Amino acid sequence: MKEHNLADLEAAFNEKLKQDIRIEPKDWMPDAYRKTLIRQISQHAHSEIVGMLPEGNWITRAPNLRRKAVLLAKVQDEAGHGQYLYSAMETLGASREESIDDMHTGKAKYSSIFNYPTLTWADMGAVGWLVDGAAIMNQVPLCRTSYGPYARAMVRICKEESFHQRQGYEIMCTLMKGSEEQKAMAQDALNRFWWPALMMFGPSDADSTHTQQSIDWKIKRHTNDELRQMFVDATVPQAELIGLTIPDKDLKWNEERGHYDFGEINWDEFWQVVSGNGPCNAERIATRLKAKEDGMWVREAAMAHAEKKKAKKAS
Amino acid sequence: MAGKDWPLWEVFIRSKVGLNHKHVGSIHAADAEMAVENARDVYTRRSEGISIWVVESSQIFASDPADSDALFEPANTKIYRHPTFYEVPDGVGHM
Amino acid sequence: MKNSLFTYTLRIADDSLILGQRLSEWCGHGPIIEEDIALTNIALDLIGQATSLLEYAAQVEGKGRNADDLAFLRFENQYFNTQLVEQKNGDFAVTMVRQWIFDTFRLPFYEALQHSADKQLAAIAEKSLKETKYHWKHSSEWIIRMGDGTEESAKRVNDALQLLWKFSDELFFMDDVDRELMSQGIAIDLESLRPAFNERIQFVLQQATLQLPDSKWKLNGGRVGRHTEHFGHLLAEMQYMQRAYPNMEW
Ligand SMILES: [Fe+2]
Ligand SMILES: [Fe+2]
Repeated sequence: MKEHNLADLEAAFNEKLKQDIRIEPKDWMPDAYRKTLIRQISQHAHSEIVGMLPEGNWITRAPNLRRKAVLLAKVQDEAGHGQYLYSAMETLGASREESIDDMHTGKAKYSSIFNYPTLTWADMGAVGWLVDGAAIMNQVPLCRTSYGPYARAMVRICKEESFHQRQGYEIMCTLMKGSEEQKAMAQDALNRFWWPALMMFGPSDADSTHTQQSIDWKIKRHTNDELRQMFVDATVPQAELIGLTIPDKDLKWNEERGHYDFGEINWDEFWQVVSGNGPCNAERIATRLKAKEDGMWVREAAMAHAEKKKAKKAS
Repeated sequence: MAGKDWPLWEVFIRSKVGLNHKHVGSIHAADAEMAVENARDVYTRRSEGISIWVVESSQIFASDPADSDALFEPANTKIYRHPTFYEVPDGVGHM
Repeated sequence: MKNSLFTYTLRIADDSLILGQRLSEWCGHGPIIEEDIALTNIALDLIGQATSLLEYAAQVEGKGRNADDLAFLRFENQYFNTQLVEQKNGDFAVTMVRQWIFDTFRLPFYEALQHSADKQLAAIAEKSLKETKYHWKHSSEWIIRMGDGTEESAKRVNDALQLLWKFSDELFFMDDVDRELMSQGIAIDLESLRPAFNERIQFVLQQATLQLPDSKWKLNGGRVGRHTEHFGHLLAEMQYMQRAYPNMEW
């Protein structure tokens, strides 16, 4: 085995990043890179899992058989995404259950969007269309992120996500072709989810603590504000096409920039929800914690049985 | 948490007849049967597979990237192992 | 005959629909992510079966109702599922015992039904059988793990068995509907499935080191539209949208 000094290792690592060669689990990496990845991937995984709850809220009330099956499959996909991501995180030597415990104690974060309630069926449309839409915007560049297992998980996830956004938009389209009540329901859902969806991209670049380092490491490929702009530009025409109004009086096309200008985000609300004061923070955590605690005896039973079987085989 | 977490298993899936099993990720399971079922539910929801292998992650021994020069470079210079190393007359056709 | 076939199809459909509805309550709340995904898969299979069966029932009825009308707009006493499948999820042991008893019945049932003289039912049974084999394997393994797991799991699974076993006999309920269709080779003689059912039950219980309750007391009523108190609440939730906003597309 060759002896390497730290400077060589670091140089080799940086060279790989420069050449867009993926970093793999057993490769040497700076501690801070590993920590940043664990933080980002676990946060992402927790978001997928907590993200099951607002939509799970409507599975038993879905209005017809097709929608019920679609919603079940969609929410199940999110569980799968959480699973892929935890799996990627575990290649970095982190423990899934410990990381989940960190989320339950508030030490680890998840996307704030899931702290908003789903009040009507139209919210299933708004969430699929806007929340999954914003997630895709965030996730597509991550398919090229520098850490191999993370990038591969993202490729899988992105393939599955496209149906999520389409089914959400389809729900909105159906509502907008329906009765006055249905149209009002759709508009109300958009009104409630538009701003929280824009907040999904995180604080503006000026206030973002992690962005630059993550970009240097090629973990992130775009800044928060760039992604937010891309999302607005993509979504506004989709809303107009079906007769929905974006709830922002400052929204208008800027010919010069070639982008939409849009109003100021309520950052006070953003930070409040992040720090635990959103409408559903406590409830979401309590629900996940209960699932984990209620499941403890189940997990223990399976382990105990597996050990008994092993012992029997050995004897 | 009291008790032990379920061990981690690496999952390999054959996507089509005639192809090799390929590593796709990992899952947690208490035993091998459960590992296969969990792998099926997690990794083949869209008909991605026709056969599944699972192996406990702790059972895998991997080569060290630091050794990769010693392990893999010697083969790079043995170009006579490739058919293109040899010259045959044009008229001989496919060989 | 048309009425009997309609009722017969609904009985099968409603078992799948209501159990699928119950299982879907687990989505996001499972004991571990992998099992959450597994339960949802089973729910999806059951909702899929219910959809095919209800479409067929609607066609047999021929009164212009569709599968969704049947799923969401009947009154309580017009659903013909067994009382077993409507029982509340309880803890994971209750859910799995309910599932396992049901799967153990469904397996020989679909095996037989795939040879029904009714081509449509036969085709649905053939497809559903593959799904049910997997469900049965999954639920049986869990019964064994829980029974032969820890002291707590053995107690919980045993309690669940005590709670639910009295509902198992209704799976074999037959009346004139069945007898009329049996004479035409459409319906299955459910009595003939008992040996296969009992054998499978014992096979699993033995490995799980569990025993059936001593009491021979049995309950039924679901097959003729008489349900338990839980059922009205399940329907209130399931039918909410269709009742609150009648005649709309979703
Ligand atoms: Fe997702
Ligand atoms: Fe999604």
